[in-house]
Amino acid sequence: MVGLTVLATVLALVPLFLVLGYLLSKGASSVNWNFFTKMPTPVGQSGGGMANAIVGTFELVAVAIVMGVPVGIGAGIYLAENPARWLARAVRFAADIMMGIPSIVIGIFVYAVVVQPAGGFSTFAGAAALAIIMVPLVTRTTEEMILLVPAELREAALALGVPRWRTTLSVVVRAAGSGIATGIILAVARVAGETAPLLFTAFGNRFWSTALTQPIASLTVQVYTYAISPFADWQRQAWAGALVLTAIVLALEVGVRWITRGTARVAR
Amino acid sequence: MPDKLVARRLNAYFGSNHAVCDIDVTISANQVTAVIGPSGCGKSTLVRCFNRMHEVVPGARTGGEVLLDGDDIYAPGVDPVDVRRRIGMVFQRPTPFPTMSVANNVAAGLRLNGVALTRAERNRIVEQSLRQAALWDEVKDRLNRPGTSLSGGQQQRLCVARALAVKPEVLLMDEPCSALDPISTARIEELLLELKENYTIVIVTHNMQQAARCSDFTAFMYTGNLIEFGETKQIFTNPARRETEDYITGRFG
Repeated sequence: MVGLTVLATVLALVPLFLVLGYLLSKGASSVNWNFFTKMPTPVGQSGGGMANAIVGTFELVAVAIVMGVPVGIGAGIYLAENPARWLARAVRFAADIMMGIPSIVIGIFVYAVVVQPAGGFSTFAGAAALAIIMVPLVTRTTEEMILLVPAELREAALALGVPRWRTTLSVVVRAAGSGIATGIILAVARVAGETAPLLFTAFGNRFWSTALTQPIASLTVQVYTYAISPFADWQRQAWAGALVLTAIVLALEVGVRWITRGTARVAR
Repeated sequence: MPDKLVARRLNAYFGSNHAVCDIDVTISANQVTAVIGPSGCGKSTLVRCFNRMHEVVPGARTGGEVLLDGDDIYAPGVDPVDVRRRIGMVFQRPTPFPTMSVANNVAAGLRLNGVALTRAERNRIVEQSLRQAALWDEVKDRLNRPGTSLSGGQQQRLCVARALAVKPEVLLMDEPCSALDPISTARIEELLLELKENYTIVIVTHNMQQAARCSDFTAFMYTGNLIEFGETKQIFTNPARRETEDYITGRFG
């Protein structure tokens, strides 16, 4: 019996190590200084890198954070402070459902609502799609971390004559601060690796662009484009891109778990 | 001794549960009044009615009056926040704010209320409050360490200092020593004797000996009712009610 569970564990871990191993073997040789600093070259020419895609991913995620995190934290605080209200129950239910919506559906939604009326793809649309994915994650994490703050802390502040809103913001939310930050970083790790919603919102860009109203390259879409292309040089770069992307996401996920080792964590 | 807090026909409910029944009691100024009784008798609930903390619990409500220096704190239009600035509270478990240093914990009541303090003023208030809580000598070199880095007894005295920093008139203490070791308990009990010169103290305790040691007046409660109230000496040597005598001698509770 124990043997079977060990076997199952090994089988579960095999894909992880296979993926990491493959990425390293195929992509490590192509990850060099050029990769990080050069732009994509015209088709057929070798050399060139993914500088625009790397910067694009960072910019998309940054704008998504600005759009999604305040909404998520605000909603999380509301849910934690008013657990019984019907509105809170509806929001919680909606957030749980949204976490299950396929990201491509969110992409199509943003396409219809932002890209079509605006007449073109844009960084803003891509960031909006990512923000929509982030909001329910941040909301639920914030709510659960605030609920973990002991009620006695809240009572101690109220007993000092601190008004309720001030108690919530300055004492309770601050006490939950590191947990909320963890939730944000994990949501960032999740959206940094999204491809489908960016396909018809940010679209991708062969050239250097950081404007909010123009299409923008991203690591994920670039890897997709290069991987299905017939050019060996592009395919080589796709492996490198995949490796860098995985390294970023792994660094965020492992880093967060290592930093918060030993403290209370949210069930995911 | 003048009357500081007078409760008149005070009732408290948790939903439909009638936890405190028609209580009339007078707390004298600059005295220590102990509230004793078996678990579940409503002593914590009673004391929480004095600083309007009872209504913070969802579904809880109160009836009757509590007069602070003659003014009813439950009158319509009275802000509970103001009441709580005049009547402070120390809870059973020490609750220093985890993200703040020792000094910031002490000053928290003022800073969180938007009182603007210069560095010098803050330091002066912090020192004064910590001295009043008999904690200054132990933490004066550690003022910038986190509040949670202190021992349990020190944390509780930190909470006392924090409560005193807003200069309340009354200090309510809800079983402040039940989570502490005997030595820390003794320190806090000594503190009560010093504090009563400047504050009115109400202490809830399930430890009868503590009530006998520290208090001037004692109120004995049972199932939400005030059974007997009087000078501590008289309650413990010559109680008027049979139930009081049974509790004091350990026949129940």
